[in-house]
Amino acid sequence: MSEAARNRKLIGVLLLLALACALPFVLANYRVFQVTLVLAYAIALLGLNMLTGYNGQISLGHGAFYAIGAYTAAILMDKAGVPYWATIPVAGAVCFVAGFLFGLPALRLEGLYLALATFALGVAMPQILKHEALAKWTGGSMGVVIVKPEAPEWTGLSQDQWLYFFTLLWVVVFFVLGWNLLRGRIGRAMIAIRDQPIAAQAMGVNTSMVKSLTFGVSALYTGVAGALGAIAVQFVAPDSFTIFLSITLLVGVVIGGLASISGAFFGAVFIQFIPNIADQISKAAPWALYGVVLIAFMYTMPSGVAGMLRVARARWARRRRPAPRIDPIPPVTQRSET
Amino acid sequence: MTHSLNRITRRAALALAIGAAFAAQDAAAQAAKYGPGASATEIKLGQTMPYSGPASAYGTIGKVQQAYFKMINDSGGINGRKINLISLDDGYSPPKAVEQVRRLVEQDEVLALFQTLGTPSNSAIHKYVNAKKVPHLLLATGATKWGDPKDYPWTMGFNLSYQSEGQIYAKWLLKNKPDAKIAILYQNDDYGKDVLKGVKDGLGAAASKMIVKEATYEVTDPTIDSQILTLQGSGADTFIDITTPKFGAQAVRKAFDSGWKPLHILNNVSASIGSVLVPAGVEKAVGAITVSYYKDQNDPQWKDDPAMLEWRAFMGRYYREGDPKDQSNLYGYLAAQVMTQILKQCGNDLTRENVMRQAANLKNLKLPLLLPGMALNTGPTDFFPVQQAQLQKFTGTQWQLFGELMSTDAP
Repeated sequence: MSEAARNRKLIGVLLLLALACALPFVLANYRVFQVTLVLAYAIALLGLNMLTGYNGQISLGHGAFYAIGAYTAAILMDKAGVPYWATIPVAGAVCFVAGFLFGLPALRLEGLYLALATFALGVAMPQILKHEALAKWTGGSMGVVIVKPEAPEWTGLSQDQWLYFFTLLWVVVFFVLGWNLLRGRIGRAMIAIRDQPIAAQAMGVNTSMVKSLTFGVSALYTGVAGALGAIAVQFVAPDSFTIFLSITLLVGVVIGGLASISGAFFGAVFIQFIPNIADQISKAAPWALYGVVLIAFMYTMPSGVAGMLRVARARWARRRRPAPRIDPIPPVTQRSET
Repeated sequence: MTHSLNRITRRAALALAIGAAFAAQDAAAQAAKYGPGASATEIKLGQTMPYSGPASAYGTIGKVQQAYFKMINDSGGINGRKINLISLDDGYSPPKAVEQVRRLVEQDEVLALFQTLGTPSNSAIHKYVNAKKVPHLLLATGATKWGDPKDYPWTMGFNLSYQSEGQIYAKWLLKNKPDAKIAILYQNDDYGKDVLKGVKDGLGAAASKMIVKEATYEVTDPTIDSQILTLQGSGADTFIDITTPKFGAQAVRKAFDSGWKPLHILNNVSASIGSVLVPAGVEKAVGAITVSYYKDQNDPQWKDDPAMLEWRAFMGRYYREGDPKDQSNLYGYLAAQVMTQILKQCGNDLTRENVMRQAANLKNLKLPLLLPGMALNTGPTDFFPVQQAQLQKFTGTQWQLFGELMSTDAP
């Protein structure tokens, strides 16, 4: 990327950030709450995208890590009195370990078999959370109610606005970290494993280590998102984390755009708002309508929203100046690596 | 001359009439008080329902209630105001319920929430609605915690509470089988412990003597056969069965097949003939006892009951796609009638405070779909509308009421 292009991009990101900071002051509290959930989902989607989009491993069970993160935060706050902000790193660490350990044996499984193994994890999670051995902490099927954090007095913000900024801060942290990770040596190794596993190994990439680590980091992101989501919703229960959540996350990743960082936001907006819109249009068959929208998206934007924007931007640039511009992280469908 | 005079008086009369009309309207406007979601023409209510997801069978409750309020609106509304029930899907997911309820409260600005369904979803919004001071009325769940006016003055349940149910079994046993040796099986969660507490409270001092064995199971257990055998081994002759449908069916079958054949008290959660007794084998459930508080449309004795005919006519006219055999459709209609009564009592003072005051001011409300002789009562310290019920015995084909109406005290 040229210096000018990089600057342009930086300015664009800063503008978006300024816009994000202005948002809670123009929206009603209920909308701010929804956007907070979008931000939490975006972190989860970036995590899943590392695994699925960049590393080519399909997970149908990331809802389980979302649940572990949410419960870690809830139990720490409710049973141990830990302040809400301190629960986020712990939730991330717990999920990293859980994901890494799950990733180790799962390495033997390729493609669809891995998808089934993770699916099993996702299906089992609500029942594990209800299990009597854990009920002392998890509250069984009744779940745990969390006290909503107050904004510090000096800010003058409402609870929802404060939580929004709190979540936004973590979004910035994790997207900067993710951006660095994916654009660097490890990111290239992840993509190489996805596209040419044998060649990657021949080049000296420790395939199994990178795959397990990717699984762990991906779970870490999802767990942090779960903790942030739980604090915003103020309640966790096994019914909050059914297998449908896992599928929803995968839908978000694909709709947003595989192997795309900005795609996480588009995907998050989709999974947060499209079900509501479908419910408003048709009470009788909201999920049928959701399905139609999903198919329409897949048909018109086969590489996700981010992919479509990338193509549109490239076309526009080409029209302005004929020099071809190649994006360093191509969508999955293109196999060229720069 | 007479003609023009006539015209003048007519004009004067008209002016007078218009003036009077305005004055009357002014007076009404002055007298009427409106909180959020209420106006001279409309009252907005909100609810979340599991239209999708694992509990979607209950979604019909929301649909029958929308049909009910359409009927009310067609006949002029309540005190001249139309009811607008905004019913949103929560998919039985607590975070979705929080989101949808926040929408109802903050964006749609409903006057009150009505019949939000499910214990997990209601637990998730319990604190929020009380902090926001929004009436959270007639919840479609039996947990006893909804009747806690001291800590949660804005929340009131509807169903006969689990503890009341337990108390009724206990009271009946004390009176009719004082030397019973009781074995209890309960689901190891809030629901099971709730019913159990009612039983123990009802037995009082006699509890330790009469209860000879307790056993629990987890929702995740595949079967409860070993628990039944343990209970049988205790020598008990009375079995209080606090289980959900799948385990209820297993318990009915095993208690019979093992040769135990105790007096089987089956809690109302598992009293469905179609989903519990038929799979277990109806002949094995003969003599089982459970509790009930409203008329069962599948019971032939209510076939020509006027209230039942009225309900059937409503189903045929306003909710034709609904299943007239499904008890949820009768239950939802009944709850909507109670809500209608609360709003009627509010008169022209449609503030959230007054809605709550009137909800806690139901006096001897006798609805014709309740069992004969039953009445609903609430008060500032009594947030349990349904506190009476009658026992019924399974004949092999249907539940048959017996004995008299029984009441419980507020837990």
